Amino acid sequence: MRARAAATLLTLLAVTGCSAGGGAADDGSEPAPDDTLTVLAAASLTETFTTLAEEFEAEHPGVEVSLAFDSSATLAQQALEGAPADLLATADTRTIESAADALAAAPEIFATNTLVLVVPAGNPGGVTSVDDLVDGGYVACVETAPCGATWAALAADNGIDADPASLEVDVKAVLARVVADEVDAGIVYATDAVAAGDAVETIELPGAEQQVTSYPIAVLAQSSRPDLAQELADLVLGETGRQVLADAGFGVP
Amino acid sequence: MTLTAPPPRSATTTRHLGRPPLVLLVPAVLAATLLVLPLVTLVLDTPWGTFWSELRSEPVRRALALSALTSGLTVVVCVALGTPLAWLLARVEFRGRGLLRAAVAVPLVLPPVVAGVALVTALGRNGVVGSLLRETTGLTVPFTTAAVVVAHVFVSMPFYVLSVEGALRTAGERYDVVAATLGATRWTTFRRVTLPLALPGLVAGAVLAWARSLGEFGATITFAGNFPGTTQTMPSLIYTTLQADPAAARTLSMILLVVSIGVLAGLRHRWLRPL
Repeated sequence: MRARAAATLLTLLAVTGCSAGGGAADDGSEPAPDDTLTVLAAASLTETFTTLAEEFEAEHPGVEVSLAFDSSATLAQQALEGAPADLLATADTRTIESAADALAAAPEIFATNTLVLVVPAGNPGGVTSVDDLVDGGYVACVETAPCGATWAALAADNGIDADPASLEVDVKAVLARVVADEVDAGIVYATDAVAAGDAVETIELPGAEQQVTSYPIAVLAQSSRPDLAQELADLVLGETGRQVLADAGFGVP
Repeated sequence: MTLTAPPPRSATTTRHLGRPPLVLLVPAVLAATLLVLPLVTLVLDTPWGTFWSELRSEPVRRALALSALTSGLTVVVCVALGTPLAWLLARVEFRGRGLLRAAVAVPLVLPPVVAGVALVTALGRNGVVGSLLRETTGLTVPFTTAAVVVAHVFVSMPFYVLSVEGALRTAGERYDVVAATLGATRWTTFRRVTLPLALPGLVAGAVLAWARSLGEFGATITFAGNFPGTTQTMPSLIYTTLQADPAAARTLSMILLVVSIGVLAGLRHRWLRPL
């Protein structure tokens, strides 16, 4: 309910915002000092995209990159509703395709990720493998989120039928539950485990490499600065992006 | 408080004051539009063709059942614990009464997600009380239906207590004093005199608490989690459904809206009397 209300508000803002910023801008000129690029990015991209946004701002004085991290499904929905944003980066191809009508160009894959099992530091639940998962003893993403869909496939591969304690809407929420030691284990991306540092211990999931999720990025149709948005996408897809993403534990295509 | 009904007003007084000035009329119409328009569009936008099949689907049935159970239990807890608290606040002089009343009102203005975070710090697995509970009994509260009820009671209780306290104060102490002079004990006075006089306030408070409980989302999803059958209430299901199927989420919202309007109809004596 809340997300939809927010989306509707954003739509209203977009209507007013687009009329002000429309029209093909003169290429090659210095961006106006008040230029803002809004990026909708999957929750698992929080650390890497924050770094890349800073990089981009350093290269483009006067440009401000504003980042919104959420569940990929929520972001795709917001983009479709006309949220005043310039770029969309989701954690799987399925979610970005659901926003196909809002994309200015075909999405490009810039990273891959795999799932791991994380337990709180000290492993209070004594979980050593995926077979130790019991009913209510772990948390995972809801199936509509890429992390949940991937986990559902992986759980099926491993013949796991233990129910999670809770289905969180995005992977950072799962990680938060584990870091806070509210549950014995959680299913997150390898990169989230890296980002959490010493707060969690990581356990490999058998067959995880068979269920790789790919991260696509695309400029949005409602972007008021599609040229600048494409430059940011190029940064993510290019050498700088590869480096930052690889450092965070992402696979790069 | 929101509980005060608008003062009764006769149509004749406005007639003599002339046409309403535009400077008042325009913002008034805007305000009314802002409140009514989203609800109207929700009704229009709901895919009614699938309403009944949606209503009978497994996830909705489970979420509705859980919402009914938890909001029902919430009202029971509110009445059982909240009535004595309201009585204490209204009838007994003690140090820190004002402070206690303020504390009771805090959840009213607290963002629900903050309420959820507060509950985790108290009753979470590593919470102050939660860790103690876990060490001594092995029980943990989060991710259980009990956690949902706890979250709901936390946000709903103030509505009930303040409503009942108001009713007790309005009823006054005169009859209590008379009963006492006739030899009734404080408990008998409470049962036979105080409570019956405050009954309308009790009922209104219970309905308010129930409505608040039915709509509770932020504290529930933060503290209790989101799993079908145990912790996924209607608002959580709507939030989850919105991720995949916005049309279905609108139908589910419609179901909750119908229920909420039912609650309002139950409260019509308080809020809709001028109609």
